[in-house]
Amino acid sequence: MNALTSRPRRLVLHTIAAAMATGLTSACGDPRNHNQAVYMLVDTSGTYVQEANKAQSIVNFLLGTLNPGDSLAVAKVESRSFNEKDIVARATFDTRPSQANAQKRAFRDKVDGYFRGRKGSAFTDITGGLLQGAEYLNETGAGSKTLVIFSDMQEELDKVTVRNFPIDLKDIRVIAVNVVKLNTDNIDPRRYLGRIEAWEKRVLAAGAKEWRVINDLERLNAIFERT
Amino acid sequence: MDVSRFWLIWPDSPALSLLALVLLAMAFLYAARLPMHQLIRAAGHAVGGPLRMASRWLLAAAVEINDRNKAVLLAHGRRELEKRIEREFERIATLVNRDLQGYPVLQRKLADEVTTIEEDYKKCGEVPPPPPDWVEAVAAIGKIKSGGGELAMSILEGINQSINRIHDKAIAEYRKSYEARHAILEKFMPCWRAIEKTLSQVDKNISGLLDSALSVDNLMSQYEQIVAKTDKAVHALTVSALTQFGIALLVMLVAIGGTFINFKLIALPMSEMVGAADYITASLRTSEVAALVIILVEASMGLFLMETLRITRLFPVIANLGDQARRRMMWVALTLLVTLAGIEAALALMRDMLIQDKQALVQSLASVQQAAADSWVGKIPTVGQMLLGFILPFALTFVAIPLESLIHSARTVGGALLMVLARGFALLLRIAGNLIRQASRVLVHLYDVAIVLPLWFERMASGARGAPARSDAGSITLQPREES
Repeated sequence: MNALTSRPRRLVLHTIAAAMATGLTSACGDPRNHNQAVYMLVDTSGTYVQEANKAQSIVNFLLGTLNPGDSLAVAKVESRSFNEKDIVARATFDTRPSQANAQKRAFRDKVDGYFRGRKGSAFTDITGGLLQGAEYLNETGAGSKTLVIFSDMQEELDKVTVRNFPIDLKDIRVIAVNVVKLNTDNIDPRRYLGRIEAWEKRVLAAGAKEWRVINDLERLNAIFERT
Repeated sequence: MDVSRFWLIWPDSPALSLLALVLLAMAFLYAARLPMHQLIRAAGHAVGGPLRMASRWLLAAAVEINDRNKAVLLAHGRRELEKRIEREFERIATLVNRDLQGYPVLQRKLADEVTTIEEDYKKCGEVPPPPPDWVEAVAAIGKIKSGGGELAMSILEGINQSINRIHDKAIAEYRKSYEARHAILEKFMPCWRAIEKTLSQVDKNISGLLDSALSVDNLMSQYEQIVAKTDKAVHALTVSALTQFGIALLVMLVAIGGTFINFKLIALPMSEMVGAADYITASLRTSEVAALVIILVEASMGLFLMETLRITRLFPVIANLGDQARRRMMWVALTLLVTLAGIEAALALMRDMLIQDKQALVQSLASVQQAAADSWVGKIPTVGQMLLGFILPFALTFVAIPLESLIHSARTVGGALLMVLARGFALLLRIAGNLIRQASRVLVHLYDVAIVLPLWFERMASGARGAPARSDAGSITLQPREES
């Protein structure tokens, strides 16, 4: 008799406890994702491959700045770059700081190994890299998504590759870093300015949240500054 | 047609149109004078009346708050004073038990000392035995003339020798006797010192008792004033509460500083335990909340510890617990506090390790030469952090004391503040109400100024008829005076 009367009471108590726990969990946690995801495209075509050491310093800066729980991927831009195989290293850092530091060390070693003795490719598929980067960034589900392009922004495609279609970069910040001037740019600076402007238009038309060019590597903090 | 000129009766002569309109308006206003006056007065009363009522209500509320504050203050002061008097009596009881309980022994000791001194004194008073009777015989022989012959000379010589010998012996005995008496007198010294010491101790005890009695007297006079609810007592208690509030607030601010340091010590390592990527709000990490919760739990344990030790009395439930249950609770709180302090020390160590690891990573990323292995000097911050992590929870335990003072005094300070606010608002409302009523009167006068011509004609007509002036048409001073 006692057991019969206590069972419903226990059931009610358990239900109340479960409801309270659910309420607390839903009330306490912030559903938004506060993590950052950065995808860095490194141009390895032609003479730009000589800038690899600068790319390494940028990767190191990103490793030192990103927090536990953030994601980072470094990919190369080659003749055709819309491919997972072009991703040199990728990691979502552990939420524990000590583990995240260990992962960062491993990441740095992997990137260093890749850049050692790298040769330049014939063509430069920046658009393919952007598409691959956007895919990766969207998959991370991070709250802030940044695509860093380490390139002179001179896209060169072979005759077979098709990239002249609208792309989707919604909610992604695109930062072009170390956009060096080519010899032809020096002859006619309008070429350089026109190239930058064309990319800006294309990126913003693709729904990007922001477009920014950083040529001074001392101001890399601007990668994470939002306008 | 121009919209701005629609009012022109004669479009060619605006002045004439304006004059006509003014006269027309005056006529209408004069016709509506009485109801308009009533309307303006009614509006003034309608707005000013509630404001004055609200002002009166606030004043009454302020009086009630004051009475309630006074009652609370007196009750609290009475309770505190009762505790202090109780403690003073406990002190007196301890003094009496400790010192006066041994008073019979002390008295016996003093009596013994006095008896010893008396006996010794009597011994000192003993005189040597009187000279024997033969002294008279010697005196008789002394009367014999020196020319009495050889026999007499021989006898006298013998007597002289005997007397000298006896004299020497007697002198020696006297000296011996005096020496003995001096020795007895010398023995007096420790007795005197002992008596002096005992008496000074008694004097000290009695002085302590007198001081305590004086303190009790003062407290009792204060208590009497509180019971009599005198203004002096209320004022003294209010000042005391304000002072306590200020001091407690200051100490609490210091404690908040300590809490912040404590938080900084454990916030980073907590991310190692609960993760650094979870957020409660946009800028508040779960790890930070966890660190804060640990600190708050420590503070709660400290509070319970103080409660179980009966140093503070914030929770009547704990104060009313039986001694055994209270002691158990004290040990539980202390154990938890020590455990949490140990955890904090470990977290402080982990913080240092994490920072060092991060520094090493940043240095390796920056391709900077790594710093040389640090000596024992480099260990000082680590040890310091660990010590802080362990000590701060115990230091924060004492926050319970100023917290209690703050809570108790905040009631008085808050009440006084509320009363001042209520009085201030009451004054403002009263001023606003009066202003509105006066404004309605001014409006009535202004209305009459606007229709001064019809009024003048009316007065002229009345004068011509010889009729008495209408009370409401003449001077405004004839209006019944409004109650202010």
